[in-house]
Amino acid sequence: MLRDTLKTLLSAWGPSGGEHGVADTIKELLGGHVDSMRTDVMGNLIVEKYGTDDNAKRIMISAHMDQIGLVVTSVEKEGYLRVHNVGGIGMKASEYRRVVFENGVEGVLVSQPVQQGEAKLKDMFIDIGAQDREEALSMVQLGDVAVYAPEIFSLGKHRVSAPGMDDRCACALLVELLLYAEDQKNTIVGVFSTQEEVGLRGAKVAAYALEPDLGIGLDVTAWGDTPETKLPDIKLGAGPAVKIMDSSMIATPMVRDALFDAAEAAGVAVQREVLPFGGTDGAAIQHARGGIPSGTLSIPCRYVHSACETIDMRDMEGALKVLLQFVNIV
Amino acid sequence: MDLKQLTDLHGPSGNERAVRRAIVEAAKPLADEVKIDRSGNVICLKKGTNPDKPAVMVAAHMDEVGFIIAGYTEEGLLRFRPVGGIDPRVIVSKWVAIGDDNIPGVIGALAIHLQSADDRKRVLKYNDLYIDIGAKDQKEAEKLCPLGTYAAFDTPYAEFGDGFVCAKALDDRVGCYNLLRLLEDRYPGDLYCCFVTQEEIGLRGSQGAAYHVPAGIGIALEGTAAGDLGDVKEQFHITRPGQGVAVSFMDRASIADRELYRQVLALAEGAGIRHQIKQGVTGGNDAGSLQVGGGGRKTIVFSVPCRYIHSGASVAKLSDIDDQLALTREYLNNL
Repeated sequence: MLRDTLKTLLSAWGPSGGEHGVADTIKELLGGHVDSMRTDVMGNLIVEKYGTDDNAKRIMISAHMDQIGLVVTSVEKEGYLRVHNVGGIGMKASEYRRVVFENGVEGVLVSQPVQQGEAKLKDMFIDIGAQDREEALSMVQLGDVAVYAPEIFSLGKHRVSAPGMDDRCACALLVELLLYAEDQKNTIVGVFSTQEEVGLRGAKVAAYALEPDLGIGLDVTAWGDTPETKLPDIKLGAGPAVKIMDSSMIATPMVRDALFDAAEAAGVAVQREVLPFGGTDGAAIQHARGGIPSGTLSIPCRYVHSACETIDMRDMEGALKVLLQFVNIV
Repeated sequence: MDLKQLTDLHGPSGNERAVRRAIVEAAKPLADEVKIDRSGNVICLKKGTNPDKPAVMVAAHMDEVGFIIAGYTEEGLLRFRPVGGIDPRVIVSKWVAIGDDNIPGVIGALAIHLQSADDRKRVLKYNDLYIDIGAKDQKEAEKLCPLGTYAAFDTPYAEFGDGFVCAKALDDRVGCYNLLRLLEDRYPGDLYCCFVTQEEIGLRGSQGAAYHVPAGIGIALEGTAAGDLGDVKEQFHITRPGQGVAVSFMDRASIADRELYRQVLALAEGAGIRHQIKQGVTGGNDAGSLQVGGGGRKTIVFSVPCRYIHSGASVAKLSDIDDQLALTREYLNNL
């Protein structure tokens, strides 16, 4: 089930600022199974499932819908598209990639020869097979965004690889949580957020408006278990990770510890995450209003921000169990 | 108030007082309410004619890039640092006005005769530069320009050539100028014209305005970079003076609301307002604060292309400034 939901969400097109397609997909998956569903001015999809307790806490759980992409900034006479990154796009991961626009136009991302050093994004262009500027502009407009073309495949028995795993795997988790949580004590305020990759912008707005009692960011984290990769000390398949800190926040101890407690109660092994970089929606929640207790549950993910972001479904299943406990015990 | 009067005023980030005073004076007869908030922003309300229409906030920043006095030499020269992003290569031998009394100063560096061959290849850094106010000694320099005194480019305003203007602080007095002109009319919805502080050092003033101004739509009126210069490849032109107001789909601080972006381009087409799409993602502006502040709002950025932006002499086309106003008016009238 989790795997099917994941595949459905990975197939949706949704760079930062253009997440509506992902939101529509989620609405279809959740329709009729939740207590309320709405979209705010930033395009965040906000879904609630009420808790049964008289003093139910409102827990904002945020997973971002957006993925990294490339925005068209100019079109050359010869029909090539010049682009700028939307979120953290790496050169090595991008060269010769197949990319796709919202309207289905496909292209390949190529670097022109450079005099010295490594190619930068300004040296890259997208070839969409147009003969000249006029033909190119009949296919795409300035400001249109391309993402790595979805290519979803299994690695071994447990692992799945695809572009956009960051953060559709967390969207899948949140969808499943909202579907399977039943008569839970606390209210789940699920936020499928926008524009995380460009600065946690959607979650900031949602956290301010929703003013939850506490918050959880759901996101991927980096890995340290491939050759010559040392930090963070995180392994795929060893369970979801409870964030201690990253460069955007130090998890609120109460929330962090409640996640550990939930994992223990669920009988799920978890990893402790100390990430020397990065940030998640958890931070946006923590810093909203006058401050909101907040933490992050992470899915270990290899090759983050490439077209082959890879996770282990056992970590996903573990995370779902932890979350189902968490909404009952805090 | 005309553009010359506005660019002649000095207001580096954090020291917008002179600009604010002049704007309050000019706005009072035009607006229904004029308030100064705790961030030093001037918030002017022009009430709408139709209470069913949404309120809009339009922001332009009063501050400009400049300098701050950070030390002295025994000879009475001033050491200084930039306030906002200024390329040190464009400031040598430029006149500046220092402090509230506009004390004249000139930015100095070692003359060519005294430089070694290596010196001449090296880009001068702020540590290699001084502001010379002709002071007798360190004591006199300290007295005239105490630590923390601001300095601003002191360049005359000039209209020249084929409808171009050259001045300092076009970023963002063009926006302030148009905000004042917007206040001359009344629109269907409530209009909040927000003259904000400290944009150049991190969109700081607009964060306060974004929090307390009750409007669900935000427009930033800006000056933005133009790179349409001989040797620069087309892909790096970003904007081109003379081709109309620049509409942004995205920059470093915000992504335009998709619907608003499309609506605005359709309005510009329909009304025959000259416009161009900003061909790049460089720079960030107050739309970044407006979009995420106070519960969030839809935002869009309208910019006037400025060559040599963030220098003592930037160049814009007067018709682009009028086009920025025309597009903003068109939007406000068609809510």
